[in-house]
Amino acid sequence: MMRQSFNYGTDANVHRVYDLDAIRRDFPILKREVNGKTLVYLDNAATSQKPVQVIAELTRYYRDYNANVHRGVHTLSQEATAAYEGAREIVARFIGAKDPCEIIWTRNTTESINLVAHTWARANLVAGDEIVISEIEHHSNIVPWQMLRDDVGVVLRYIPMLQDGTLDMAAAKRLIGPKTKLLAITQMSNALGTIVPVAELAALAHAQGAIVLVDGAQGVPHLPTDVYAMGADFLAFSAHKMLGPTGVGVLWGRMELLEAMPPFMGGGDMILSVTMQHSTWNDVPHKFEAGTPNIADTIAFGTAIEYLEALGMEAVRAHERELLDYALDRMVDVPGVTLYGPIDRSIRGGVVSFGLEGVHPHDIGQVLDSYGVAIRAGHHCAQPVMARLEIPATARASFYIYNTRAEIDALVDAMREVVRYFGGVHA
Amino acid sequence: MPETTGRATPQLDDLYRDILLDHYRKPRHKGHLDDANRKADGANPLCGDQVTVEARVSADGRIEDVAFTGTGCSISQASTSMMAAFVYGRTADEALAAVGTFQTMMLTGEAPPDEVGDIEALAGVAKFPVRVKCASLGWKTLEQALKDRTVDASAPVTTDEGKE
Repeated sequence: MMRQSFNYGTDANVHRVYDLDAIRRDFPILKREVNGKTLVYLDNAATSQKPVQVIAELTRYYRDYNANVHRGVHTLSQEATAAYEGAREIVARFIGAKDPCEIIWTRNTTESINLVAHTWARANLVAGDEIVISEIEHHSNIVPWQMLRDDVGVVLRYIPMLQDGTLDMAAAKRLIGPKTKLLAITQMSNALGTIVPVAELAALAHAQGAIVLVDGAQGVPHLPTDVYAMGADFLAFSAHKMLGPTGVGVLWGRMELLEAMPPFMGGGDMILSVTMQHSTWNDVPHKFEAGTPNIADTIAFGTAIEYLEALGMEAVRAHERELLDYALDRMVDVPGVTLYGPIDRSIRGGVVSFGLEGVHPHDIGQVLDSYGVAIRAGHHCAQPVMARLEIPATARASFYIYNTRAEIDALVDAMREVVRYFGGVHA
Repeated sequence: MPETTGRATPQLDDLYRDILLDHYRKPRHKGHLDDANRKADGANPLCGDQVTVEARVSADGRIEDVAFTGTGCSISQASTSMMAAFVYGRTADEALAAVGTFQTMMLTGEAPPDEVGDIEALAGVAKFPVRVKCASLGWKTLEQALKDRTVDASAPVTTDEGKE
């Protein structure tokens, strides 16, 4: 692996990007002890922690203005509706969308992708049409298309992953052709951290008249994102990986696509009128949002985005890049370590998938947990990536706005303990 | 900060007992039997743990030989090795009873009153609920091999009811 040298100064806690100590004070969970050690939370690709501001907004909604939205003429309902729709405006602004009505609330990224598979894809694709995805996709951007293939007879094509976790762009140019109707591609690999050249791929797809869906579950929380700059027609992502509550997802789509799409689920809120014979659909986005939504969590998601906006996503990216450099430079010296993922750090998010010779990732995770270090061990819902690397699983450390170099030191020290604990084992 | 001397935390030492790590480093009965008349596969696909258990059972029901192959975490592989060492030379009925004893131990976390040799070292796994499925894989696979009385593997045994 290429080594890059950076001057970190003498104090491992000196950070130049933003006031890290102030940020950490906003996350009370980071003071928690786990197994007698201070928590070192490095499982941010699975879910992020939540700042007090987000937790407070959840409480404030239930305490001060809990009411259903879009229904009541009473004050509480109007306040709840204003806050709920206000979150739509915040999200639209955050991803550079023109119209807040292009923001559709779902439960998570998975539901957002399934919504497109059930509505747009079933209305527009026929047998023989091709969908191009990649081998580094999360299962949530594979399985819905396999189900569509089995139902409709579309053909699924995979852009291959190269050994370093990047995509084979030459193959992509061959695969995206006149039969391609949809490119569904991740912005960033959750398993390896690969930042995908989405705009370049989208241009290839658009040249063939195809639609582009971007899985932003891993990318949007960590990278400056502009739906037009990346060439997306649909963008799916989740609140819980970006300081927000669980249970809130976003589907952004271009308005002309959304207007032409049939509804997703039927019920209240998604209709204009219902007779016993038939119903007419409400306008976008409500056409896709049947039933009472997840009001409190959606409002608190708006608070989470405002927190990220205050830091600035360029600063978030710079901070994580600094942590990535520090982590890779330190981890590579652990005996028996294998580091997976792109060697070019400029196309890599704050994710380090690794293995230790002779130690199964679950054993790595277990020993690290005994030192309070929380990482993920497993296939990361990306089994095709594991198959390409010919391994069953990896251990994965993933960073976010509040992580420190001292925490990476704790990770590396605990990794050395794993090696010592299982020393001499060759599975 | 992790300590640099001694073993890891006491709790961790409860899981990774010395005898368990010894079985992981030096698995007993690892390999294939040329003349097996019982065989079953076990797999926890979400973990990547995988074992194949083979046995030769005599006409009067004695496990004359047993062997396993597999890959996976230390708990799954060591537990299978300990299982093989325990059932070797015992009757199939005794082995099936030991599967029951093992399962009870996973529920209670207490070493059984009977003499079960090294297996007692697995009692600590019960404190780590997510690892119970790892420890159970080899035992459930043995049970399948003995009960099915077949050399042809059917669907692999799994102890993984979780999701990822």
